[in-house]
Amino acid sequence: MGEQNFLVNAVTNTVLNRRSFLKWNAALGGTAVLAKGGLSFGLEKSDKAAAQADEKIVWSACLVNCGSRCPLRLHVRDGEIVRVETDDTGDAEYGTHQLRCCVRGRSIRQRVYNPDRLKYPMKRVGKRGEGKFERISWEEAYDTIASELQRIIDEYGNEAVYINYATGALGGTVAKSWPPGSSPIARLMNCVGGYLNHYGTYSSAQMSTAMPYTYGSRSSNSIEDIINTKLVVMFGNNICETSMGGGGGKVFALQAMKEQSGAKFILFDPRYSETAVSVVDEWIPIRPGTDAALVAAMAYVMITEDLHDQEFLDEYCVGFDEDHMPEDVPAGLSYKSYVMGDGEDGMPKTPEWAAKITGVPAETIVRVAREIALTKPCFITQGLGPQRQANGEQNCRAIAMLPILTGNVGIHGGNTGVSEGGYGIRVMGFPTLDNPVKASISVFMWYEAILRGAEMTALADGVRGVDQLPAPIKFMWNYAGNTIVNQHSDSNATVKQLEDDSLCEMIVVIENHMTPSAKLADILLPDITNFEQNEITSGSAGNTGYAIALSQAIEPQFECRPIYEMCAEIAKRLGVEEEFTEGRTHDEWLEWVVEETRKNNPDFPDYETFREMGIYKVTNPGEPSVAYADFREDPEANPLSTPSGKIEIFSKDLYDIANTWEIPEGDVITGIPVYAATWEGYEDPLREKYPLQMIGHHYKARTHSSYHNVEWLRKAAPQEVWMNPLDAEERGLELGDMVHVYNDRGRLKLPVKVTPRIAPGVISVPQGAWYEPNKDGVDEGGCVNTLTALRPSPLAKANPQHTNLVQVEKA
Amino acid sequence: MANQLAFYFDVARCTGCKACQVACQDKHDLPADMRWRRVAEYSGGEWVRNQDGSFTQNVFAYYVSVACNHCEKPICQEVCPASAITKRDDGIVLIDEDKCIGCRYCEWACPYAAPQFDEDSGTMSKCTLCVDYIDAGQLPACVAACPSRALEVGELSELRAKYGDLAEVAPLPEAKLTEPAMIIKPNAKTKPVLAKAGRLANPEEV
Repeated sequence: MGEQNFLVNAVTNTVLNRRSFLKWNAALGGTAVLAKGGLSFGLEKSDKAAAQADEKIVWSACLVNCGSRCPLRLHVRDGEIVRVETDDTGDAEYGTHQLRCCVRGRSIRQRVYNPDRLKYPMKRVGKRGEGKFERISWEEAYDTIASELQRIIDEYGNEAVYINYATGALGGTVAKSWPPGSSPIARLMNCVGGYLNHYGTYSSAQMSTAMPYTYGSRSSNSIEDIINTKLVVMFGNNICETSMGGGGGKVFALQAMKEQSGAKFILFDPRYSETAVSVVDEWIPIRPGTDAALVAAMAYVMITEDLHDQEFLDEYCVGFDEDHMPEDVPAGLSYKSYVMGDGEDGMPKTPEWAAKITGVPAETIVRVAREIALTKPCFITQGLGPQRQANGEQNCRAIAMLPILTGNVGIHGGNTGVSEGGYGIRVMGFPTLDNPVKASISVFMWYEAILRGAEMTALADGVRGVDQLPAPIKFMWNYAGNTIVNQHSDSNATVKQLEDDSLCEMIVVIENHMTPSAKLADILLPDITNFEQNEITSGSAGNTGYAIALSQAIEPQFECRPIYEMCAEIAKRLGVEEEFTEGRTHDEWLEWVVEETRKNNPDFPDYETFREMGIYKVTNPGEPSVAYADFREDPEANPLSTPSGKIEIFSKDLYDIANTWEIPEGDVITGIPVYAATWEGYEDPLREKYPLQMIGHHYKARTHSSYHNVEWLRKAAPQEVWMNPLDAEERGLELGDMVHVYNDRGRLKLPVKVTPRIAPGVISVPQGAWYEPNKDGVDEGGCVNTLTALRPSPLAKANPQHTNLVQVEKA
Repeated sequence: MANQLAFYFDVARCTGCKACQVACQDKHDLPADMRWRRVAEYSGGEWVRNQDGSFTQNVFAYYVSVACNHCEKPICQEVCPASAITKRDDGIVLIDEDKCIGCRYCEWACPYAAPQFDEDSGTMSKCTLCVDYIDAGQLPACVAACPSRALEVGELSELRAKYGDLAEVAPLPEAKLTEPAMIIKPNAKTKPVLAKAGRLANPEEV
């Protein structure tokens, strides 16, 4: 390998790297080893001119679940997309900048013209999950779905019908899969008695459940408020990979705000992410799941050195010390008691104590605690990685303790400790009517609800709306989602359960591509992409809100049909067509949405003008937003929506939950945010067998599992497991070696990226690669969820997908 | 060359996302293994395990996006036995497919390995600086693609006046070999050319 300087080797020829070697072979007439680029995807060879007379350019957008909805301008010739460009309005100045799409949007042609595209409706033949299908007519597909749906509603009730979490078609207005309750499927179901709800998301369930116990909501300052700060401290916040495109706006905002403010950036993360590469001045590696220990130790430093903001804590908060606790709570449960060792565990949370757990040296903890406390204002924020843990609710509330202890909440240049917000334009949604079913499960618990739905309760399983579920899930809709295998936990166990069609009796999958989830379908319907229909989207890019009128670029491919038409046809068979459509077509609903939007926002362009403009942008005319500014200004007049109206460092509600819920052994729910060692965490004795902690970072090659099957991206950013050189050396591994990553749940085979950019004892398998077990059950696709656990987190009952212990060996 | 065009690259702005690389592949209909623009990852640093289970380290990493640099001293042109390589008045170096005999000598000679063999045509291919876009007054696809504005294109003399004349950092070759029309703005993480502090971390991707 050319390890020092790859490019010069071609000239000096001292060490031939792989690339040169391949070329030499070919040049010398050896075996033809130069790849031809694999599949052609029907791409045309370009002729030289840029803009053709016979080309049209249409506005579109990339609509997947990264938080962005980046504008695309598609060049279309002879009914085919021949070139992709992005926003060309505005300039390079932050505030009037072009909202440029990321690498994924650039590759959109290979997603549309992809060999995996589903072409016609199919039904399963043979065992579920075998992947054997037979082509059927649309009529047969609609008839089967309608009759099975009716049968299951009659037999088990509407609570037995579930619309699974799905984010593959996200950001549109009518043709959208997320939130499932806002999709056309939900509207269809609400016309026939409703469906089993869910709450939370695979992205942020722990945080959206936990943060309201502290603040009454989950709010943050806008990202542009970084311009007003001196120090930015991030926990597991990887904006430069999770939200790369200009349509999310955070990367460009972060870079611009850093340059304009001159603020120092510190990042706590097990991985030296692309965010560390681009904007971070000091990276401090930390073991996964130990954030609350680190925070407690920093609190210890601040309290012992009197650097905390006691006045702020006295006036605005409940539960910092024993003098500010709710009534009817025993002594010793305040945060200060916990930190100083005066609480239940009697353990002072010293930097030395935390160093052993977190891997962060004690002197670093002391130094950064002082820096945070003495630099005013300080913008403290976190990504969604720390909360996607077995103790995720504790982690995210703990991180919020830093701005609380230092009085940085409710001011410019400060923040709440929650991931940063932006400025947006409000566009009316597609109305999906009311769901008569009140029962709701956690987004992560559908697997359990198939298995033992009728036994699941509010106190043991986090069921909401009812005390106990009346029925198990018997019918599952899966529209534009890969969560029924790939993005849920423990793929092997999940597939095994779904293969039993006596449990969930009917699975309808509506998709663009043959995904791992699509293979579990009983009826598989080919959806058109958002490039094959008109749509409307809106989003936030830092200080710029925008809306895009997507125009149909090409005809529906093969026999694919739009989701709205599918739902209308099924509604017709269930006798509710009129209620479903209200006499409107898909495009007429889009016009309705614009009209409704204009009622609240007269500046929004009318439908025809909007279509001609393609993109409509508005820059925030005011100051960067500050969360809880009015509360900070006058806490009496503007209380938070917590029970006390104050910031609840100690939450009496959580304390009560801890005393009433049926909580499994090892799960910890407390009034204050504490470090809770967990199963498959750093302190689990299971580390003797599986010594490595595994996380799964978001990857530039994909948005979750979307774009996995795009050749340009697979070659630009191959699937590989990250490992520290110290761990690699112990195992005799070198960069590029094929390895097995395994635990009791499964085994992956993929290449290893030996890199100093990840902490020792931690590996990361980029999440979202498609599950692809070989005949021996080894997942050669490298799907991280082959190794993740089905056990939910304590409070949100949500996916702890960064809490895993594994071992790695040479394959 | 008075009007020599050049690329400018800002290390601090690059997140390694490769929008430039794939925009180029889309613009020129390139297969996935043909990369006229590439993004090299350079990283290094040492880890020390402390007695208490904590770690100390001095890790760094950064990316360098590089295409054909349309060099002032294009060695590809010098070595081409078929006189298939020309340099326009604006500095753009082009390969004439009709003259190219596919001997791959330019590929061997170029320290950036910019010319790449096209199996379909049996000739060499490389970054044209999107000459059709340039002639139409548009930005090259890669420059127009960068979500972070890490890339610019312009006249070398003007870019130098604005950004200085650094044209080499690790892991790139020394600029003196071909005098590349490229300007790099380094950041605190950037290591000098020929540095031994790190290594090319993504050889399979370039």
